[in-house]
Amino acid sequence: MSEDVIHVTDAAFDEEVLKAQLPVLVDFWATWCGPCMMIAPALDKIAQNYKGKLKVVKVNVDENMKIPARYGISGIPTLYLFKGGEIKERKVGYLSLNELESFVTPHL
Amino acid sequence: MSEMYDVIIIGAGPAGLAAAIYAGRSRLNTLVVEKGIPGGQILVTDWIENYPGFPDGIAPFDLMDAFRRQAEKFGAKIVMEEVRGIRPDPSRAGGWLVAVGAAEHSARAVILTTGAAYRRLNLPREAELIGRGVSYCATCDGPFFRDQAVAVIGGGDSALEEAVFLARLCRRVYVVHRRDEFRAVKVLVERALNEKRILPVTSSTVTRIVGTETVEAVEVRNVQTGKVDRLEVAGVFLYVGLLPNSEFLAGQVVRDDAGYVITDDEMLTSTPAVFAAGDVRKKSLRQISTAVGDGAIAAMSAVRHLQSLQAGHV
Repeated sequence: MSEDVIHVTDAAFDEEVLKAQLPVLVDFWATWCGPCMMIAPALDKIAQNYKGKLKVVKVNVDENMKIPARYGISGIPTLYLFKGGEIKERKVGYLSLNELESFVTPHL
Repeated sequence: MSEMYDVIIIGAGPAGLAAAIYAGRSRLNTLVVEKGIPGGQILVTDWIENYPGFPDGIAPFDLMDAFRRQAEKFGAKIVMEEVRGIRPDPSRAGGWLVAVGAAEHSARAVILTTGAAYRRLNLPREAELIGRGVSYCATCDGPFFRDQAVAVIGGGDSALEEAVFLARLCRRVYVVHRRDEFRAVKVLVERALNEKRILPVTSSTVTRIVGTETVEAVEVRNVQTGKVDRLEVAGVFLYVGLLPNSEFLAGQVVRDDAGYVITDDEMLTSTPAVFAAGDVRKKSLRQISTAVGDGAIAAMSAVRHLQSLQAGHV
């Protein structure tokens, strides 16, 4: 796991994501989800490649239930892109590194 | 940076990793390229109980991790990148160039083991409601529907396996199938029919997914009587067949109408030095066990191909 990816709890979400200076890519995930594990290496790479331009955070839906409920998450992995506290993009399911790049780059 | 390999294997599922074990033991300089993590599609299932050697079953991640370690032990190099395409090497007759991430590596043989993904039904609202009740992965999304009613669409092994998994969590699991009998293997059909929370809805097709923000119901039509029913469900899990991951091969190898790569008994495709194995290949049974067999054959065919190159026969 890359140190560039930040794990965020329910309590820290507003501060870390909504009030962040940079655009934030949020990955809602769980350990029992195969595609979540499959997407993890690509997220690590995105975090490294766009360091200083994009913040990449993960929310474990097993340990944190309030934030997933707030956004009506009922499928994982779900990816959100936030900018200035607003949702800019949303996507559910596995994405390759190329697809992830096209998901984030228009908002950087 | 361009690197040279004897064989490049595209996809690290059961077929690709089995091929890597055989290629590595034959001392081929082997690269395996995987866009997700080693294991592939099998990682979306909950438990494997039909792979020989594991009488109590095994977790997909544990089995695939063992495959990966075995492949690496015999020298295969595994990288997490996406292959963008393959093309004949203009500078080396019979060789191939494989576009891997930003690089293009050369190989004397290529083995395609890219697998298949679950197919969509393409019903109205299906795409919009993915992650809002529409799902292709019961193990991923089942826990969001605890104590609620859900529908599984399909009647094959995957559909019934996932229905049984969902019945442990959900209040009620409808299984909607277009034929009058499930075509899954008998042990799964028996298990599903014995499950009180599973309600079979046979001879029926889904005509509509209902819901604005989230799934509220599915409409099903009985194909014999024409009667339309509405099932109030919060989740719809679709297991209506597979779509081979072969789009990037268009124009390079012959595929059937569904997109499966056509091979001979030795796993050779229509194109010299390009082999295919596992779910991406046109065949009748897609299982870990058959993928492993395909992978072994493909690797040994690649070995023979390279030997004949060395001997100057090709």
